[in-house]
Amino acid sequence: MGRIADAFAKAKKENRAALVIYLCAGDPDLRTTEDLVVAAAESGADVIELGIPFSDPTADGPAIQRASERSLAAGTTLAKVLDTVSAIRRRTDVPILLFGYYNPILSYGEQKVVEDAAARGADGFLVVDLPPEESDGLRRPAIAKGLDFVPLIAPTSDRERVAKAAAAATSFIYYVSMTGVTGSKATDLASASERAGALQRELGRPIAIGFGVKTKEDIATVAPHVDGVVVGSAVVRLVEEAESATAALSTVRTLVAELASGTVRQ
Amino acid sequence: MAKTLSADTVQDALAPLLRYVLRLMQTPEPAPGRYGPYGGRYVAETLMPALDELTHAYEESQRDPEFQAELDSLLHHYAGRPTPTYFASRLSEEVGSRIWLKREDLCHTGAHKVNNTIGQILLAKRMGKTRIIAETGAGQHGVATATSCALMGLPCEVYMGAEDVRRQAPNVRRMELLGAKVHSVKSGSATLKDAMNEALRDWVTNVRTTHYCVGSVAGPHPYPLIVRDFQAVIGKEARAQMIEQAGKLPDAVVACVGGGSNAMGIFAGFVDDESVRLIGVEAAGEGVTTGRHAAPLCAGGVGVLHGSKSYVLQTADGQIQEAHSISAGLDYPGVGPEHAWLKDTGRATYGAVTDAQALDAFQQLCRTEGIIPALETSHAFAYLPVVVEELGDDADILVCLSGRGDKDLDTVLAQLKSRS
Repeated sequence: MGRIADAFAKAKKENRAALVIYLCAGDPDLRTTEDLVVAAAESGADVIELGIPFSDPTADGPAIQRASERSLAAGTTLAKVLDTVSAIRRRTDVPILLFGYYNPILSYGEQKVVEDAAARGADGFLVVDLPPEESDGLRRPAIAKGLDFVPLIAPTSDRERVAKAAAAATSFIYYVSMTGVTGSKATDLASASERAGALQRELGRPIAIGFGVKTKEDIATVAPHVDGVVVGSAVVRLVEEAESATAALSTVRTLVAELASGTVRQ
Repeated sequence: MAKTLSADTVQDALAPLLRYVLRLMQTPEPAPGRYGPYGGRYVAETLMPALDELTHAYEESQRDPEFQAELDSLLHHYAGRPTPTYFASRLSEEVGSRIWLKREDLCHTGAHKVNNTIGQILLAKRMGKTRIIAETGAGQHGVATATSCALMGLPCEVYMGAEDVRRQAPNVRRMELLGAKVHSVKSGSATLKDAMNEALRDWVTNVRTTHYCVGSVAGPHPYPLIVRDFQAVIGKEARAQMIEQAGKLPDAVVACVGGGSNAMGIFAGFVDDESVRLIGVEAAGEGVTTGRHAAPLCAGGVGVLHGSKSYVLQTADGQIQEAHSISAGLDYPGVGPEHAWLKDTGRATYGAVTDAQALDAFQQLCRTEGIIPALETSHAFAYLPVVVEELGDDADILVCLSGRGDKDLDTVLAQLKSRS
């Protein structure tokens, strides 16, 4: 098993959902990102989704759009993000899932990005605009290198598409809680969690719920049903609002610790 | 009377079949939605089922004579089809050869865009969608969508870059009069690319009730196919008109290319006629070497933008670059995937002209023919000297006059003033 599957298994053994925290690499700069990842891991994050910024993030709401803009303005590239993974790996074993859009990956080269990501200690890929039917070029080399490919299931996915996602998955499946962009207000997290829980039992594979999950209470709603939960925009907003890198580290630590306390199943 | 069977006669008889089989082996049937390596579906999972639904609904509609009859009737009685093909004698004298104009500027709403929107809104109704969204650059697709929605009684919201809202103000008023809500998009370069991002975000949120009426032959499958098919009426009519009026097929067909819908529409009528050269003209902005242009086919690389693989303007790190063109409708860093394939296979060729050249061609058509073309369309005219130089004076050149230019008067007058 890879680090991501291990992290899910460990959380399950401890009777809690795995906490997945999204951070946009390079927001506000890559040195701070390195510290933020380590801080999040120390505060209870089980997996880090490390966002590769893209100029046209069509699945993201305003918070992550702005974070991507700040990151690109600071000169972040995919190559530099991979170097940051190396730096992080020298400080923590937290699993790192590279999270982004397809064009920077295509431009870098699918085979090459897999080799470089593996060499630097990343653990897998989640590409928002790469559905299973377009994913072979990245997924096959990733699996060959022992990296995970994380597919998504949406509320609109029918049984056939759920089966496609399950077939493409290597560790967990990302369940999008609602139709919408990241950072939207969750409409009915409780029933989304129940649907995702039923799917997790049926597919026999861990599911993590994301989109619209912001607070400890949200996590407490989700945790009894599925093996993982993802928080992104709420963390990114703290980074945006912080007056300094030190302040960002401090507020992110506090939030992640609080979120982690919500993952324990009662 | 039977021929004697010999090795030669058998070979002769089988030759066509062998050639056919060989051709099949060389060109495997492409996957649906693929044009060579281009096209495909690169979108969030949430949208994938909607694209399947749209594909099925479109295929069904193609087999439904009632749908076709309703579409044909609206195109005829409402949109004013068929549009004329007109021999531009004074322009021909100035630029050489014989120039023919396919008059899409005479369509209702003043551009070819309505051919597609009537088709898509009919399709949306067929799918039971209750809300329509669209992106627009120059505002022509927005106006055409708002018009079709008013016609069929559906609410319409249009995403438009703030920069385009400014330079295409008359079209914003027009859309509002037609009952559409116009969202001014301020993110990124505040032009067509960003409007499309925002429309996709709306769609991913409201996908169950909403049809996204894409205006060009871009986007994920099946949009490049659907939009081309709805626009193919341009080429179909023009081909018959050329045969009737010129007594022959044109030697070349020229059209401007932003996303590429008017070009795909007119090319579709001639793509099987090997003698007809297909020429697309992109916007070179301030020049393709300046970095400020909108010519991905001439000066871009292969990438994925807005759901399909094609040529795009991008940095070395795969970030999409802002396009630049005087023409809002061409101000887009991507292009439809079928154009990418036509370019690679050599079936079509693509050139580019600058803002200044387009502006000159704009004025030339006004003066010689009494026709005010859209700035987008003016790019096709600005490329005619290159085409004439290659084909000589004894050639028939068909230009897709994709839209009228009333919407561009503010931009053009300001530019001309700054020149003098």
